[in-house]
Amino acid sequence: MLRILALALAFMASAVSAQETVIVGLSQSNVAITANFSGSDILVFGAVKRSGELPADASPLDVVIVVEGPLQQVTVRRKEKKMGIWVNIDSVDIDAAPSFFTVATTAPLDDILPESLQREHAIGLEYAVRLPEQDLDAETETFNEAIARIRVANGLYSEREGAVNFSQETLFDTDIELPANLIEGDYTTKIFLIRDQEIVGQTSIQISVRKTGIERWIYNLAQEQALLYGLLSLLVALVAGYGASEIFRRLKG
Amino acid sequence: MQIYLPIAEVSVNIFLLLGLGGGVGILSGMFGVGGGFLMTPLLFMIGIPPAVAVATEANQIVASSFSGVLAHFRRKTVDFKMGSVLLVGGLVGAAIGVQVFKYLKSIGQVELLVTLTYVVFLGIIGSLMFVESLNAIRKSKKPGAVYKKKKHNWIHGLPFKMRFRTSNLYISVIPPLLVGLLVGILAAIMGVGGGFIMVPAMIYLLGMPTKVVVGTSLFQIIFVTAFTTLAHATQNFTVDAVLALLLLLGGVVGAQIGARIGVKLKAEQLRILLALLVLGMCGKLAMDLLIMPSELFSIGPGGH
Repeated sequence: MLRILALALAFMASAVSAQETVIVGLSQSNVAITANFSGSDILVFGAVKRSGELPADASPLDVVIVVEGPLQQVTVRRKEKKMGIWVNIDSVDIDAAPSFFTVATTAPLDDILPESLQREHAIGLEYAVRLPEQDLDAETETFNEAIARIRVANGLYSEREGAVNFSQETLFDTDIELPANLIEGDYTTKIFLIRDQEIVGQTSIQISVRKTGIERWIYNLAQEQALLYGLLSLLVALVAGYGASEIFRRLKG
Repeated sequence: MQIYLPIAEVSVNIFLLLGLGGGVGILSGMFGVGGGFLMTPLLFMIGIPPAVAVATEANQIVASSFSGVLAHFRRKTVDFKMGSVLLVGGLVGAAIGVQVFKYLKSIGQVELLVTLTYVVFLGIIGSLMFVESLNAIRKSKKPGAVYKKKKHNWIHGLPFKMRFRTSNLYISVIPPLLVGLLVGILAAIMGVGGGFIMVPAMIYLLGMPTKVVVGTSLFQIIFVTAFTTLAHATQNFTVDAVLALLLLLGGVVGAQIGARIGVKLKAEQLRILLALLVLGMCGKLAMDLLIMPSELFSIGPGGH
């Protein structure tokens, strides 16, 4: 009897611990910002690898994919009417707001994952911007919401429920649209497997976004050799001004 | 066709920039102003960050003023002595302006200050010019009218008098220094050359003959905006060379077309059109301050 029980326990344990790991790939892991950069579409695809058998009554698996741009310090300002005109009256400094943020899921987020876990893993628009715990009052919350609202309007933040294709609980893919107004840096792509309101597997992969060619050269020059850059800008202006004057003088003459 | 601007870090349509440069160029060619007062707010509207718009516009004005001054130089309508005095004031003003700009950028009020200075100066200049040109049109219809003699006002009582041969003037250096200073500050804050304020100040305040005014104004604007460009480039890192180049290509072509249209119109008609344009821009910016914005929050770069 004891042996049967032990065997049953062992079997259950193996069923529960049926390991599910994620394997992920990207259609491209490097994005080059060139002069004619107009955004980029990246296919995130992957598979769920299982070791061991799943119980027949296991509830369905969901996949959530989060892509997050480099974190930036930002200042959010609020306008109010003072003496008849609209002016910035107060501001909140936010230490870590991703420059880009998108969440793609197989099902509505609130149906598959409790709020505490969404917050902990920064899944979902409300949690894109990291606020220090002690600052979580209603006031900062409105500034936080403002960032998400403005960036959703600019196409920098998005939440796309049901945008992940998931077939036979194994293969998944989704398209990530990186907009043209992209800044440089590492874009972290996180993939979460979710079952029964729990995260049962996760992995992450980087997309590297870099200015290249002339964009890279101009940007570096402006930052590192500011005086030379300023002088070159003036030289270009003077040459263009002289050139235009000469060309049109000859056309007239 | 989109182009990614390396410093502004936004992607814009290349033809929109060329068209903007060309359109403003036509107006500047017609009226003999740099057009910065139109271009900078237009750049804000297409989503260029204000700090980049202001700094880059200064660079573009260097090109258009240089192109313009060459023509005046050949006609010998540049008062170098007066230009140099204005320039001394202008450089000091520009240095002050860049510091003010830097400070306001850090406290988040740069947008307000730029808009307010625009509204105030466009409003004053536009109204004055409108009334003046309306009077001129009326006078030209009554051929018997006599022009008032040049008034001998308080300006002629000031010390440090200097002779300006090309302008045929013997006046104190204080008024031109102050005019230069004021325009220099504005140039740095508003991203304009200040022609629209310099030209009337030279005619009405300093009493310079109209034929040397535009050339002399352009002459000193080159140096003030060049200085402003360098100051913004080294202190704020906000000059976008690609943006400047595209605006300037459109601008120099537009200016030549504008100059040809300008020849076909009478001077008073030109001035009244310019006055209406200035007042229109002023009205648009004033409305932005008075009407409740659709989004009360704005995101700016962090850090202090």
